[in-house]
Amino acid sequence: MTAGTDARTTGEGTGEGTGMYAPRPGAAPLPRMIATQAALETKMLLRNGEQLLLTVIIPTLLLVLFSAVDIIDTGEGKAVDFLAPGILALAVMSTAFTGQAIATGFERRYGVLKRLAASPLPRWGLMTAKTLSVLVTEVLQVLLVTVIALALGWSPQGNPLAVLLLLVLGTAAFSGLGLLMAGTLKAEATLAAANLVFLLLLVGGGVIVPLDKFPDAAQDLLGLLPISALSEGLRDVLQHGAGMPWGNLGILAVWAVVGLAAAGKFFRWE
Amino acid sequence: MRSETVVQVDGLVKRYGRKTAVDGLDLVARAGITAVLGPNGAGKTTTVETCEGYRRPDSGTVRVLGLDPVREASALRPRIGVMLQSGGVYSGARADEMLRHVARLHAHPLDVDALMERLGLGSCGRTTYRRLSGGQQQRLALAMAVVGRPELVFLDEPTAGLDPQARRATWDLVRDLRADGASVILTTHHMDEAEQLADDVAIIDAGRVIAKGTPEELCRGGAENTLRFSGRPGLDVASLLKALPADCTAAELTPGSYRVGGKVDPQLLATVTTWCAQHGVMPEKISVERHTLEDVFLELTGKELRG
Repeated sequence: MTAGTDARTTGEGTGEGTGMYAPRPGAAPLPRMIATQAALETKMLLRNGEQLLLTVIIPTLLLVLFSAVDIIDTGEGKAVDFLAPGILALAVMSTAFTGQAIATGFERRYGVLKRLAASPLPRWGLMTAKTLSVLVTEVLQVLLVTVIALALGWSPQGNPLAVLLLLVLGTAAFSGLGLLMAGTLKAEATLAAANLVFLLLLVGGGVIVPLDKFPDAAQDLLGLLPISALSEGLRDVLQHGAGMPWGNLGILAVWAVVGLAAAGKFFRWE
Repeated sequence: MRSETVVQVDGLVKRYGRKTAVDGLDLVARAGITAVLGPNGAGKTTTVETCEGYRRPDSGTVRVLGLDPVREASALRPRIGVMLQSGGVYSGARADEMLRHVARLHAHPLDVDALMERLGLGSCGRTTYRRLSGGQQQRLALAMAVVGRPELVFLDEPTAGLDPQARRATWDLVRDLRADGASVILTTHHMDEAEQLADDVAIIDAGRVIAKGTPEELCRGGAENTLRFSGRPGLDVASLLKALPADCTAAELTPGSYRVGGKVDPQLLATVTTWCAQHGVMPEKISVERHTLEDVFLELTGKELRG
């Protein structure tokens, strides 16, 4: 207690009450909170090297490599016409599923979600911001993939609205699954599982390897995966100029409803 | 202002599986600084996190600024500031970026740069959270708790692991908050922190409040104080004891070194010096030891406070 002179009574330049810290509480307007949260989430994602590898470098590399080098049999027509829709599907999966699962898993582990839960930003506002951040990233990815594919001689067909619908439903389906994983598993387990799933779906989901290379029995099953529904749906429209791919949209919608409902029910914030 | 109640907890029970973390806890925090003191595992964090709305009570009621922290969370959250025991920041976020972010979630935040300077974070604003030292991470978490200009700030072990200088800076900020009219609830297992900062102290052990009051009340009430003096060896302690009030003790601890225990007041001091004068003893090195919260805790629980 010898060194414990009381600043309350000795007034060592503190405790006088400058008014600087006078309470003036209040939440910022909701749109501002959501916008600033979405901006921060996007910044964190774009700054993270591993995330960029997943969302930008791998899809771009696969597109360029397999378009230029004839390694896999992509069927009739230019390789890029087959590959570009698959790579777009991969881009959506890498951001909405893998990236979001890993980032959210670690945010949960490091108490970020917990701390934000005590801030004026409501939970649904945080989830909205996360979704916005995913969408912003996807727009950048789609632009990049499109520019590169066009440079490689891609000639896309079909109805842009059908493409947009597929991308949105695919994002919803993958977000639900990603958040379900992030909200229930440990961060390290999420990291490992999300990367493994990414790799498996990359190979078995019609992204770069046509589904008809697999045995018939496997094809039916693989076709029900969200990644196959997205890549095949995009391919039907963009490569073959089909109308609304209702079957694939239906599969994605089911995954979206089931995934988001399960994430909503089982997600643990800490 | 001091009579205003900011937190009222009645009969709080919180269990995790079979373990009862909080066991019928009652706590009233008035405006000002309230320290919740107790050893690790006493239920401090569970109590505070229930007030912050993170946990639902298994039974009992909690009111913070008159609101139910779970049901009225959206009304309460903008009015409180929260510092978790650890974490709470994106590992890739820069210190100033994170603080600016939390500031933007509030309507009338403090000036971020001034707050960073104030807490000695001015030079590490561009450093990412994972590269900050433990003490810097603690101070950033403190800054995040106060930047929204809350009425009530919850600080869970705000100085754990800080060096003395950083501890001082934290204490000074807490005092400034109080001086400007904000209230602070802090948990700690540092006795001196509670004694230095708090208007009121609640001592928690095994999920219950076992003592409460101002630090002065707690140190005075119940606990024995001690008077020590030196003189020539072999004084007649039995005679001294006879001169003292009935509930006092007296002993020669080592040759020439004497200890009197009891309610040490001016009267007792006069009695001892009078006895010395009558016996031709010059009492040297007279000292009166006030009990610390540490002693109070030891007396109440028979346990040492760790930390």
